[in-house]
Amino acid sequence: MSADILIAIFVTVITASTPVLIAGLGALVVEKSGVLNLGVEGMMLIGAVTGFAMAATTGSPTLGFIAAIVAGAAASMVFAVLTLTLAANQVATGLALTIFGTGLSALAGKGFVGRTVDASIRIFPDVLALHPLGRLIFSHHPMVYLSLVLTVGVAWFLSRSRAGLILRAVGESADAAHSIGYNVIAIRYLAVAFGGAMAGLGGACFSLMLTPMWSEKLTAGRGWIALALVVFASWRPGRLLAGAYLFGLVMTLELHAKAAGFGLIAPEVLAMMPYLATILVLTIISMRPGSAYSAAPACLGKPFRPPV
Amino acid sequence: MIKKLIIGAAVALVTAGAVHAEPMDKVKAAFVYVGPIGDHGWSYQHNQGRLAVEEALGDKVETTFVENVAEGPDAERVIRELANSGNNIIFTTSFGFMQPTLKVAKQFPDVKFEHATGYMRADNVATYSARFYEGRYVIGQIAGKMSKSGIVGYVASVPIPEVVRGINSFILGMQSVRPDARIKVVWVNEWYNPSKESAAAQALIDQGADVITQHTDSAAPLQVAESRGVVGFGQASDMINFAKKAQLTAIVDDWSEYYTTRVKAVLDGTWESQDLWGGFAAHMVKMAPYTNLPDDVKQMAMDTETAIREGKLHPFKGPIFRQDGTQVIGEGETLTDEVLLSMDYYVKGVEGDLPK
Repeated sequence: MSADILIAIFVTVITASTPVLIAGLGALVVEKSGVLNLGVEGMMLIGAVTGFAMAATTGSPTLGFIAAIVAGAAASMVFAVLTLTLAANQVATGLALTIFGTGLSALAGKGFVGRTVDASIRIFPDVLALHPLGRLIFSHHPMVYLSLVLTVGVAWFLSRSRAGLILRAVGESADAAHSIGYNVIAIRYLAVAFGGAMAGLGGACFSLMLTPMWSEKLTAGRGWIALALVVFASWRPGRLLAGAYLFGLVMTLELHAKAAGFGLIAPEVLAMMPYLATILVLTIISMRPGSAYSAAPACLGKPFRPPV
Repeated sequence: MIKKLIIGAAVALVTAGAVHAEPMDKVKAAFVYVGPIGDHGWSYQHNQGRLAVEEALGDKVETTFVENVAEGPDAERVIRELANSGNNIIFTTSFGFMQPTLKVAKQFPDVKFEHATGYMRADNVATYSARFYEGRYVIGQIAGKMSKSGIVGYVASVPIPEVVRGINSFILGMQSVRPDARIKVVWVNEWYNPSKESAAAQALIDQGADVITQHTDSAAPLQVAESRGVVGFGQASDMINFAKKAQLTAIVDDWSEYYTTRVKAVLDGTWESQDLWGGFAAHMVKMAPYTNLPDDVKQMAMDTETAIREGKLHPFKGPIFRQDGTQVIGEGETLTDEVLLSMDYYVKGVEGDLPK
């Protein structure tokens, strides 16, 4: 296998993994605040259709990405009002949000089926991408670089900043955070909004970067992969990045193996892999009680009602 | 009054017993789709056919459709519901709807059923399909002329005879102008998954393919071709909007004429169960305008299209060899429809193993 093919594979892997990484970062922050939002897939679809509609109407992909962020955050607010203010069951509400988002995006996107946008944005001049190594570093869509910046940013925020410490406190022990005067509900609102914004942006990566078009169920279940990867990464941004790229690599290598004429593993098995890996990781961390305690936010999925 | 009732009952009996029926004033037609009509591919084209029926028959017809129907128990429920709600003819447009269609048809002998791409019929169940392989022979020839590397990347869906036949027809067309042609196939095992289809196309181009073709339902592989600077073909519908520079032509499914004829037959009381497998000649398969091609290649494609339409050329004419070199048929012979319908092997020039 020549160096050219290797680099081509890496470029494909990095691009294909980016939407999952971005959506996963959002879900990670939400879960760190103690909220489980299973609506990622729905918010991604809403982001994807909004981003595409905006880009198709205005001709600007940048505006499309911004609109997707706003739409994703707005969709997450439906979830936030139900689960945080009204203390509804988070799992049920999240699932409902996914189903709702699937239908809403299909309805909103009806007029945009069969259209296309010119969404090619590059930050670096093409000259830099002539050399194979240059291509590995400079040839990407701006969203790829943004996803890396976001990974570092989220990692720094959670582990180094005061605000991140408060967010984690809310997720580990909502009652304790409340008793020392933090507004648990408000903080969770912000976290959920961030998660929605990232899901929306991740969704727009589909409709404006990977496959510049809109069609129903465009994200094809990647929202669920993002959620699975957060657990796989045991709620750490660095591991989430590794997990997302690993997932992308496995998928891409399988296709290359097929194109070269030998199918290694049954595709059905491959489709199960992210979930199998997640179950495996969950099993491992559950078998070691000490680390399980540190991995999953202790208040994950538990509604919080401020004592009156 | 009583006389009228007796005549009515007699007519009802005759209608129930025989296939022929009285002419009707108005027909209710229903369509069941496997995907979203927004797929801009398979289900989209069936829905275009439905709209054409409405256009052609005006207020003599009332149509409904159900999209996104999963193949399986859900389909049976949907079809029964449509039969129950007074539809006269029901089109079920995916292979996996075969058993549910037959089951419901047994319970509703007065309702006509039309099942796409299946092979099981009944007195009130007709089948229809299109000879898409005719189009694939044409695009195979174009690929043979346009490819520099001689390697074509084929994004395939599910290994059923229909898809395998398409791959074989494509390579036979390609080899007719370029004997050393090769095809690399990636099976994505889904009909519709844009990101997976796009990743498959990326992988094929990375491995040296400079023409991309597909038997999956989204425009994603063609978009990849456009952005990577190679060429490709649209699938099921004209996808030129997705790839202005890359699309050379597209194989377009056109159900308009068939659906209009069949609904009209119910209206006239002449509907009969039948099996139709139509291609260019039946206007079920069409080629989108030839674009981004040199004049001589364009001319060649049009000549081939005409020859197939007029029955002068059959894509599966001998000699044909299997992938391993054993001969299937010799010079002067042609594969029969029966063999084509159950095709489960690659011909020479296709790389890799066919998944079982």
